[in-house]
Amino acid sequence: MLKALNKTGLVFFPAFDWAIDPTHPEREERLLYTQDQVLEEGIFDIPGIIEYKPDLVTAHDIQRTHFCVPDEPSVTTESHLISAGGAKAIANAVMNKEVKTGFALVRPPGHHSMRVSHGGRGFCHINMEAIMVEYIRTQFGVKRIAIVDTDCHHGDGTNDIFWHDPDVLFISLHQDGRTMYPGTGFPGELGGPNAKGSNLNIPLPPGTSTEGYLYVIRNCVMPILAEFKPDIVVNSAGQDNHYTDPLTNMNFSAQGYAKLTSLLKPDIAVLEGGYAIEGALPYVNLGIILAMAGLDYSGVVEPDYNPEKLKQSVSITDKIKKTTDQINAYWQQRHELREKSGKPGELMIRHKEVFYDTDNIFERQKEKIWICRDCGGSFEIDSKATPGNHILGVHIPINACKACQEKGYDFFERADRTKYDRIYLQDRPKDQYEIK
Amino acid sequence: MIIGLDVGGTYTDVVLLSNKGIEKKVKVLTDPSNLFASVLSGFTQILGTTDPNAIERVVISTTLTTNALVQQEMGPIGMIVSAGPGINPNFFCTGEHYYAVSGSINHRGREKAPVNKMEIEEIAKKLKKAGVKYVGVVSKFSVRNPSHEILIKRILNRDFKKIFLGHHVSGNLNFPRRIATTHLNAAVFDLHKSFFEAVKKSLAEKGLTIPIQILKADGGTMSLESSMDFPGQTVLSGPAASIMGAIPYAPANQDAIVLDIGGTTTDIAFLVDKAPLLEPLGIQRGQYKSLIRSLRTDSKGIGGDSALRVNQGELSIGPDRQGPAMAFGGPVPTPTDALVVLGLMDKGDPEKAKEGIHTIAGQLDLSDIDAAEYIFKRCCNIILKKTFEMIDELNSQPVYTVHDFLEGYKLSPRQILMLGGPAKFFAKKIEALYQIKTIAVPESEVANAIGAALARTTCEVSLIADTEQGIVTAHEEDFAEPISKTYSEDDLIETAYTLLKEKALNSGANPENLEEVEVVEFQKFNIVRNFSPRGKIYRAKIQLKPGLIKGFETILH
Repeated sequence: MLKALNKTGLVFFPAFDWAIDPTHPEREERLLYTQDQVLEEGIFDIPGIIEYKPDLVTAHDIQRTHFCVPDEPSVTTESHLISAGGAKAIANAVMNKEVKTGFALVRPPGHHSMRVSHGGRGFCHINMEAIMVEYIRTQFGVKRIAIVDTDCHHGDGTNDIFWHDPDVLFISLHQDGRTMYPGTGFPGELGGPNAKGSNLNIPLPPGTSTEGYLYVIRNCVMPILAEFKPDIVVNSAGQDNHYTDPLTNMNFSAQGYAKLTSLLKPDIAVLEGGYAIEGALPYVNLGIILAMAGLDYSGVVEPDYNPEKLKQSVSITDKIKKTTDQINAYWQQRHELREKSGKPGELMIRHKEVFYDTDNIFERQKEKIWICRDCGGSFEIDSKATPGNHILGVHIPINACKACQEKGYDFFERADRTKYDRIYLQDRPKDQYEIK
Repeated sequence: MIIGLDVGGTYTDVVLLSNKGIEKKVKVLTDPSNLFASVLSGFTQILGTTDPNAIERVVISTTLTTNALVQQEMGPIGMIVSAGPGINPNFFCTGEHYYAVSGSINHRGREKAPVNKMEIEEIAKKLKKAGVKYVGVVSKFSVRNPSHEILIKRILNRDFKKIFLGHHVSGNLNFPRRIATTHLNAAVFDLHKSFFEAVKKSLAEKGLTIPIQILKADGGTMSLESSMDFPGQTVLSGPAASIMGAIPYAPANQDAIVLDIGGTTTDIAFLVDKAPLLEPLGIQRGQYKSLIRSLRTDSKGIGGDSALRVNQGELSIGPDRQGPAMAFGGPVPTPTDALVVLGLMDKGDPEKAKEGIHTIAGQLDLSDIDAAEYIFKRCCNIILKKTFEMIDELNSQPVYTVHDFLEGYKLSPRQILMLGGPAKFFAKKIEALYQIKTIAVPESEVANAIGAALARTTCEVSLIADTEQGIVTAHEEDFAEPISKTYSEDDLIETAYTLLKEKALNSGANPENLEEVEVVEFQKFNIVRNFSPRGKIYRAKIQLKPGLIKGFETILH
């Protein structure tokens, strides 16, 4: 008889009445055929697989992660609150030990949303995984978290949010930024001065197949996770590496996704992109669910799957090996890199430009952070959006040392109210959000 | 006049109803080894001297198929399943003659791998050799495209008595349940057919020649003829009969709880504006899961005859029954004995009841009266706790649209309807303890037979229109028609109504009772290829709701 080896929680929220617009890839029926496949397979009848209803995230949940400009209701729709709430519901089920592992099949996605959100970019408005991670840290006191982003696009939003956070290891596998939106995620992007090496970006050449993906997981991701020793592993489970995806150029398969999942063994997986809604998603999602539950997934194969046709070339294999070696080297040097990036007490400044392709907004950022060896360091972001607002956001990290907490308040108090439309303070140790 | 007959585990209850009310009621002991005799004796006694020509309607509910299922008394059934990609179909094996074959249909109903004719012919030979007479054929996604099931049936046709196809069972997606349900239909067919042919013959001999209706698990009826294709639908019609019997007393425009307190178990169900809630997919009991439409009921192992025990100062009630209450000659004290001791029930032997409760009282260090009161309260608490858990569970059902998430219906019952022997005592106590209006249903001891008598025909139709492929289908009804690009939601609903009416009339519905139609599900999606719209998919499910036939409700008040 069929029985899940790992008790697995699922939130299924396909938002059948929400779309960016009617022919946009992020539209109503994106998960329709996945739902058909999951229902036809009788997944919810399998003992040990439990379906949860999504929760609803509150403004406060979002404020731990984002500076939504001008405020949360302006940036989000109900659908975003439910989608992020789906991840939150799964987090509760896993953290309360009702299930061993959980998968939130929710949409809209979130991994392109950065700490400052003026609107939609890359189909994302708020970041589901980041909101969930901050919720888990506050609610359950978890210290070390790893996020492995396997979406085909660089998880630049999640990367931005945890850029300065040495306690969150963010690893993104994605199609090379020179060939794909959002055009970032190169190996040298390793995180802020206090968190160098806790952001790892692994670009993969177009045409990477199952072999290449699994090589990176086995030879890079797993050894690094073993050293980092996270309390929780989160997978941003994008499904657009599939060989039939209309927006990307990779050769990954349903079998590959299932194997990746059984190697990575994420505590929580959250769906991200994936737009081959008929030919890929039904099989990929089924494969991931079965793998998470510890069930046999060998029969989950796309009807037109031909591994011979999808084989990657020798040159691709070589490139992947080189990238992997480089990433492993960075990881080993992470302590030296942090030492080299500046002296404690120094103020570092970073300029950044962000384009919101979904909502057509251009944003300029100036970020200031204090170098600190004891914590991630408090920082402020001066952000001006065109069209839009000019704001200042101050972030005090959850594990901030006493000095950095004071420095954060210093940023906030010194900010000139005449210069900005709004000034925000994200005080994570106190779990407070202030606006002046 | 109408006859309703419900064969229960202990008693067979029969009522004769006229437009003046209950004309006659009869209770005969059920002989589990000879249900036919029980049914016949019920009919003989209820008819008495009544002119059989005055009977307009006969509805029967039996435990025949339920017993067969529980006791696994089913003949050898051949099952041929084709799965395609996904979970290994051998997990859903129904028994010895189960064959997983090639062939695959995808979620859109497109053929991805063909049926292998030789393979099927080989299996046919093996099944024949093994003496198999009935075969079930199920393919994955057959509700989207049944052509493989139909083709396999054609290959098998000559060699077997009857072949059951998965897509006829339900329009719902769920391959494992489709296999189990098709198998059940095939497995109980012989038993069901011979039983009801015998009943029909005997009733005809008594002059009762009107069509017989059979109660289903969803609290609706179907004609004897249509039951032959789906005998599995009669499983668990007993609990449905009782719940239907409570409907005349249910409040309109409100939610209500139905509690049926039996000897060993209490059945719990819910009514919304006098209509019972249904299982979303079908009957499930423990590991057994099917696509048989069913009322949403759950039971708790507590009843009037539950065994009472004290372990380390803690009272436990049930879940087992050792026999009747001590007041009625049973071996161990029961909640019924507590009712006798409290002076609420003036039946049975009060001395025996007191003797039983006294031993419990001693162990709990209470007086006899206090112990009886404590037992009674605990019973109410346990039943209500389970009820509230069910309500919470119902209200936390996942939903799939933003609209349903925000506007979804929340069940909030304000009234309890109680059935079963001790209903009137429990009703008072529960009302006092929980401040919820609670009534004991009048004629509660034959409510099941009344429910069967007054249940109307129910059915459900699922349709899919795909304007890209230019077709509207309801495969469960063997219906498919070409459509144009401009086919709309309204067109689909109109087609759905026509099919539902036809199906209802074929199942023996009275044309007067076809109004309670409800659209259960409706979904609409764009089909987009290369960023441009290619067409629309509409999906609809409509049903004739379970409820009572017109014109009889008021007679019971």
